[in-house]
Amino acid sequence: MASMTAGGGDLLYRGADWDFPILRRCYDAIERISEHELGLDVHPNRLEVITSEQMLDVYAAHGMPLIYRHWSWGKRFMGHENAYRRGLMGLAYEVVINSDPCISYLMEENSATMQALVTAHAAFGHNHFFKNNRLFRDWTDAGAILDYLEFARGFIARCEERHGASAVERVLDAAHALQNQGIHRHGGSRLLDLRAEQKRERERREHEESAYNDLWRTLPTKPVAGRPDDAGERRRRLGLPEENLLYFLEKNAPKLRSWEREIIRIVRLIAQYFYPQPQVKMMNEGCATWVHTHIMSRLHETGRIDDAAYLEAIHSTTNVINQPGFDAGGGASFNPYALGYAMMTDIARVCADPTEEDRRWFPDFAGNRDPVGTLRRAWAEYRDESFIQQFLSPAVIRQFRMFRLHDVTDRPYLLVDEIHDDDGYRAIRRSLARSYDPSEFYADIEVVDVDLAGDRCLRLEHRTRPGHLLHEKDAKTVLRHLAGLWGYDVKLLELDHESGSVLATHVASPQPA
Amino acid sequence: MDIIDRRQNPHGKSLENRQRVLVRARGAVQKAARDAVAAGRLREVGQGGAVSIPSDVLHEPSLHVVFTGGERHLILSGNKSFSRGDRLQRPPGRGGSGGQGAEAGQGGGGQDEFRFVLSREEFLDLFFDDLELPDLVKRDISTTEQDVPSRAGLSSDGAPSQLDMSRTMRLSMARRIGLRRPKASEIEENQRRLDGLLARLESLPEGSPAWEMATAEVASLRELLQQQQRRLGRIAWIDPVDLRYRRFNAVRRPSTRAVMFCLMDVSGSMTERMKDLAKQFFLLLHVFLERRYKHVELVFIRHADAAEVVDEQAFFHDPRSGGTIVSSALLELLRVQNERFPADGWNIYVAQASDGDNAASDTPVSRALLQDRILPLVQHFAYIEIASSGAVIRGETDLWRGYRQVAEADPRLAMRQVSDKRDIFPVFRELFGRRPEAVAT
Repeated sequence: MASMTAGGGDLLYRGADWDFPILRRCYDAIERISEHELGLDVHPNRLEVITSEQMLDVYAAHGMPLIYRHWSWGKRFMGHENAYRRGLMGLAYEVVINSDPCISYLMEENSATMQALVTAHAAFGHNHFFKNNRLFRDWTDAGAILDYLEFARGFIARCEERHGASAVERVLDAAHALQNQGIHRHGGSRLLDLRAEQKRERERREHEESAYNDLWRTLPTKPVAGRPDDAGERRRRLGLPEENLLYFLEKNAPKLRSWEREIIRIVRLIAQYFYPQPQVKMMNEGCATWVHTHIMSRLHETGRIDDAAYLEAIHSTTNVINQPGFDAGGGASFNPYALGYAMMTDIARVCADPTEEDRRWFPDFAGNRDPVGTLRRAWAEYRDESFIQQFLSPAVIRQFRMFRLHDVTDRPYLLVDEIHDDDGYRAIRRSLARSYDPSEFYADIEVVDVDLAGDRCLRLEHRTRPGHLLHEKDAKTVLRHLAGLWGYDVKLLELDHESGSVLATHVASPQPA
Repeated sequence: MDIIDRRQNPHGKSLENRQRVLVRARGAVQKAARDAVAAGRLREVGQGGAVSIPSDVLHEPSLHVVFTGGERHLILSGNKSFSRGDRLQRPPGRGGSGGQGAEAGQGGGGQDEFRFVLSREEFLDLFFDDLELPDLVKRDISTTEQDVPSRAGLSSDGAPSQLDMSRTMRLSMARRIGLRRPKASEIEENQRRLDGLLARLESLPEGSPAWEMATAEVASLRELLQQQQRRLGRIAWIDPVDLRYRRFNAVRRPSTRAVMFCLMDVSGSMTERMKDLAKQFFLLLHVFLERRYKHVELVFIRHADAAEVVDEQAFFHDPRSGGTIVSSALLELLRVQNERFPADGWNIYVAQASDGDNAASDTPVSRALLQDRILPLVQHFAYIEIASSGAVIRGETDLWRGYRQVAEADPRLAMRQVSDKRDIFPVFRELFGRRPEAVAT
């Protein structure tokens, strides 16, 4: 490790102003550290400098540089704009997109130090995480997403021209309402291939056009034989049960036209692309924050930035990783930056300088003298839930002074049942990991049956437990959307996953357009 | 690695999507804008501004689980003094704890209002969406027309200021070429040749063949020159037949100018609050007219027992007192209109606000003035009677009774009573709301 003397290095910049040569010099210095000291493996980078107004645009579309037109983006934009103009919200210093090349947006208002920090944070921290984490590797295809968005935007614009904006909006609204149920959660996703997508879309249309024969319409329909449709066979044919409602609709909804199926597919694939993000948010931010802190302090140690710049970097990092207490208002959830950064720092400490307790808790890596390698393995192989389960140490639990509340609704009080002591660590760790479990935030809903020969009513089941029912008003609205796409009645049962008893029933019928 | 400067890229990528939000939430935004005006929260009508609509209009539903009962564990940070087994008071509000209401955490909203900042144009569009000027405008269109000159080719006579120079010169050149008017340079050239010949002639011996040839040449040149000079004198550079003038036809176009007379009773019985109500109405009418006419003039006439034309500031804020003679204001109106706003060039609108008091002997006079002299001139006359707050319902005032007879006969006079800020907008909408043709009397 280099000593604290500033010898050898020359300053990358002085003061707060930046220009493009400075950006490039910083990038090169940061890249050297990331490559030689941290061994990060990143997608090629692209830095884009934008204004705060453009940042608001970027926010509106989940950070995507281009997206099809829909009012919900406008709503998001207006919400952010209002909050920003009234001073309720600061803008992020950067937004980074999981694509190849990896695009990082830098705001022009940032100081030179902030630009360096943001480059280290986004272009190296997040970028490494995107490229190496298992979830992103399995579920998203960074190379194809930008092209796919371009295709989606163009396709939806053409649909609007051909079929009218309101018809397209109807399908999009419905598909958006169902997008959390538009994900294949098991078995990974097939990678996107833009050319194949376009070809498939074209072929579907061509086939329909060529196979159309008006004569079929004139055939007298044979009375259906009285044989009752075999339920087991029918469900096997339709691939039921199916948790991906959008996929099921795209393939099986009887009344949809081909362009409507294609729009549903677009929403589904984009939802699939975003699916990993909430599951690794804490790790992703922790990784990026740890990387930028490490890089900034190395830049300072080697004399590439001066004390003032380093203090600015520390100041801004400290703001980001602030964890308000449970009683400070603003919700009681954990700040992903704070928890993530604390855990990353703690892992590095355990590797380098473990205590007796750490050796007991983490026999497989305590004192292995390879903090960076250990972190890289963690970043690659875990998601938030399993990461906490594996790596949350007593030291971090003590640092955050975590405690557990037991909430039973018919009791008039809340019980503190675990605190940060020897008896409590494991219980707290288990409960915290559970709160990051995706099954906690995605409802488990499946299509279970549909009688295509009969009333065509689509039957869905939500497996849950008492007290954890769907938001009723929303469920009603979403079901109406679903019925609109399906074209016939829809029935959703909420079942107790243990006893199988029905807790609630929702039904909806398609509304005449 | 690439660094791209995107700051010059077009901004406002979200504008189109923003428009879509407005279209989607139109009904709600419209209601919110009107409520805001009615409640007097928008300082100036027509400035645009922020309005809030209930967020469920733009709600994006999703299937999500909410915790309503049963049992759960929560991990929180920042323990200061709790030990295992402590019992905590439930925080007030819903059954959740520690502020981690499942609704706020998952609904994505947390807000129950959604704020719109509207531009002036958007605001007015929404605001006056289903209003229109009374049908009278169409019926009386001939009186609101004015002559607008419009180019209509060329003519051979006209005012010198309308002379079309290039056309005239083109014709003149054609005539000069056609009539072979000699150019000045040709004459000069011949003159120079003549001078040279004469000089040479002097050096030649008289009677020699060369001398004779030169003499003959001089004679023919002289003749040519004389001929050219004659032509030059006869054929004018610009002849009256060349002259072309731009011609204008008068085309009748509906006038896009309007004048709005604001008449207000400022006698002692009108309180500040009543004036404020009147102001609201005048403002609305002004903004409304401004959207229809390119140019709207305002004339403020206040009256007690005598009327005068004042500026806006004095109109609304100067206290006056005294008795009330309404006809004085009507006469003043006629005088100003006569001097500055001829009825064939201006759309004339009148809005009168009063508490209905008038000297008993004056009401018939006012009525006659209104019926015989004012109404034939105007597009629309709105009379707003402001009831004093808390007053026992007095029934009809003198003025109201007098005007009502006129209103029954002439739909150009509309009259309404207002007693509260809330009434202003509904009354305005009643007066200008689109209505089926058949209803008009």
